[in-house]
Amino acid sequence: MADDDAIRCDACPVLCYIKPGRTGACDRYANDNGQLIRIDPHVVLDRAVSRGDSVVPFLDRNREWDGNIVSGSDTFVTAIGAGTTYPDYKPAPFIISSEVQGVDMVTVVTEGIFSYCGVKLKIDTDRYLGPETNLVRAQGEPVGHVTTSEYGSQMLSLGGVRHLTGGSRREGTVTCETLLNLCDRKPVELTIDEGATVVVEAGKPPVVDGMREERMRVGCGSATIGMFAKQWQGKVDEVVVVDDHITGVLSEHQAGKLLGIPETGIEMKGRRSTPGRYFRVAEPGTAWGGTNIDDPLSILREFDPKIAWPKLRLLMVSTTGEQHAYFELDEGLRPVEKELPASLAESVARIKENCEPALSTVLFMAGAGGSLRAGVTENPVRLTHSVRDALTRVTCGGAPVYVWPGGGITFMVDVSRMPERAFGYVPTPALVAPIEFTLKLEDYAALGGYMDHVRPLDSILHGEGRRHLSANPENPWPLSGAKPARSDPRSDQ
Amino acid sequence: MREPAQMRLLPDGRRLHLHDGPIDLIIEAFGAASEVNAAYRAAAARFVTVLDELCGELSFLRQPARTGGPRAAGVIARRMVAAVVPYCERNFITPMAAVAGAVAEEILGSMTSAASLSRAYVNNGGDIALHLAPGERFLVGMVERPDRASLFGKVELHSTEPVRGIATSGWRGRSFSLGIADAVTVLADRAAMADAAATIIANAVDLPGHPNIARVPARDLAPDSDLGDRLVTQEVGELSSQEIAAGLDAGVVVADSLLAEGIRSAALRLRGETRVVGASAALDRFVASEKSSRSLIHA
Repeated sequence: MADDDAIRCDACPVLCYIKPGRTGACDRYANDNGQLIRIDPHVVLDRAVSRGDSVVPFLDRNREWDGNIVSGSDTFVTAIGAGTTYPDYKPAPFIISSEVQGVDMVTVVTEGIFSYCGVKLKIDTDRYLGPETNLVRAQGEPVGHVTTSEYGSQMLSLGGVRHLTGGSRREGTVTCETLLNLCDRKPVELTIDEGATVVVEAGKPPVVDGMREERMRVGCGSATIGMFAKQWQGKVDEVVVVDDHITGVLSEHQAGKLLGIPETGIEMKGRRSTPGRYFRVAEPGTAWGGTNIDDPLSILREFDPKIAWPKLRLLMVSTTGEQHAYFELDEGLRPVEKELPASLAESVARIKENCEPALSTVLFMAGAGGSLRAGVTENPVRLTHSVRDALTRVTCGGAPVYVWPGGGITFMVDVSRMPERAFGYVPTPALVAPIEFTLKLEDYAALGGYMDHVRPLDSILHGEGRRHLSANPENPWPLSGAKPARSDPRSDQ
Repeated sequence: MREPAQMRLLPDGRRLHLHDGPIDLIIEAFGAASEVNAAYRAAAARFVTVLDELCGELSFLRQPARTGGPRAAGVIARRMVAAVVPYCERNFITPMAAVAGAVAEEILGSMTSAASLSRAYVNNGGDIALHLAPGERFLVGMVERPDRASLFGKVELHSTEPVRGIATSGWRGRSFSLGIADAVTVLADRAAMADAAATIIANAVDLPGHPNIARVPARDLAPDSDLGDRLVTQEVGELSSQEIAAGLDAGVVVADSLLAEGIRSAALRLRGETRVVGASAALDRFVASEKSSRSLIHA
């Protein structure tokens, strides 16, 4: 019965044979490369049975919980798994007090059901993903659209109430699943109408049409000329930095002129913007510098024989340095590819070095509506005012959020700063996300808080079903400082 | 090393948590404090031997059930066999398909014989045995996927209805499934019956031979699985709406055929689509809440 690589678990009389990488019948013991290990027992199960009831995981800073009552300022209760009281107007599942530097603080912990929510995806790539405003699809269903691109990045806006509840049942379900997977930092394949297929995963390089993106460009082609002109002087006669946005040409560029670099007779395709700067030398694509070209010479016309000379040295390079080619002109003034001289290899490496790693990043964005706020206070608008007045700090699974100015509590959070498995969903469909409001006890009383539901922290520290996590060291501690900063998540370290 | 059974109250001070090997029970009883106390003590006393009783005849319980087969020794094992025998002529099924429900029933029985309770439940990983005194009711949430805690509906059960057992089966759950249902929830008079029926119906929600469904011999995943070399579902890829409907239809045919003595109704869930089989006031209410949830705009 037993396979060679299975081990027998003797933790209980079932005596399961467990294969590597799998768990026994209990889901508690596992075979980790031949070792029987105990895995976290209750996180998933208790979440399921306790929704709307009583189990709360914890963020425990810097160390595993040692079983002692820890001081309030070191432990923060996140809302993950806290459950939600929607749609009843009743107090949030957990309202926890703790003392921080002599000040009584209150954290109201709840999980919000967000129909009005989505993710903003920043995909670091110059490759063409598709036309602005075109639909983004997952599993064939529309889940969002291409929005305004940013410097070195393409932006997608996914989710929102229209896709979640405004379309077909399947559209809503697929949208919900897509958002959930992105927020859970799982890879998701997205296809853009008339554009590329891209696999994105929070904190990982994007994969565009099967090509893994490695580096962001250092700047547009023109900017790259400006940055490196001096390093090229004397080592090469002409440099073309190929870029889908603005292709730069050293000898014509202002930077080249200032250095006294002579004309070379190069003739570019595309539309000249200002000297040495060309738009649309090719179509957008996923090859050289975000264009569709594989042969860099295809963007050049013939050299002007009145100006060019045999043995003229030409470097062509993309804005990330990932593609490069070196040519010398023959007697007929035709470029002939040669090995890149070491002196130029250095500058190509420098371009590459200056390009930051390309990542996909996922910001979850949602608005806390009236009934969620009513779980915090009997007078919901006062919570909004308190957040506005910077008396109340909002966190999402303990991670800092940016609260958008204006009405309501509309916030954005970087999902990579949140604990794992922080999100859930309801079949509306809508996402369930943790949200915590932290404020001084006296301020909580002043805004009409549920004072009779406030519980001391140590009263819920004991017992099963708590998930103790080390705090993300990049996050400001949610309870630190008496007065939370209003919006910039990094301003209050 | 044999870990002892664990028994404790959950931090809410109300619910009892019993755990031994693969058995994990969340229990709550309602009534006078002294009665609840007596019920919890009875549950714990009964619980300590349950796993050893079952493991004593585990190899028998992992064999396919057959009519007129040998009798099981233990009372829980007998309940398991009785729950699956009605299906054994037409289906492959072992008594293990009813183990969770049968254990829940047994523990609930020990509680109600020891104390006078208005209500009680024993939840064994989603397979639930219920006690309802006259005039009482329970509100039960239905979870679509065990790895993502989210309710797709609620069922309200009244004492006037015969339902005292609820079970859910699906390929995403802890047990292997031969089918592709995300969740099949069955309401039945007893938890063990519900457990066996949910297994059979979840196995029947299927699209045999579909290329987007990844299946693996159960033995490759768990060498001692009672399912042997049968192919169990590991992943379900993209399905068209017609395929979703066809998969659910296959399950509905089987579910309809099971509706008989004791099996009251079933909710079949696949890729966000739900089919409800059987007449139950409770499930009618469930469907109503499912429909109305579409129009909720909240947060």
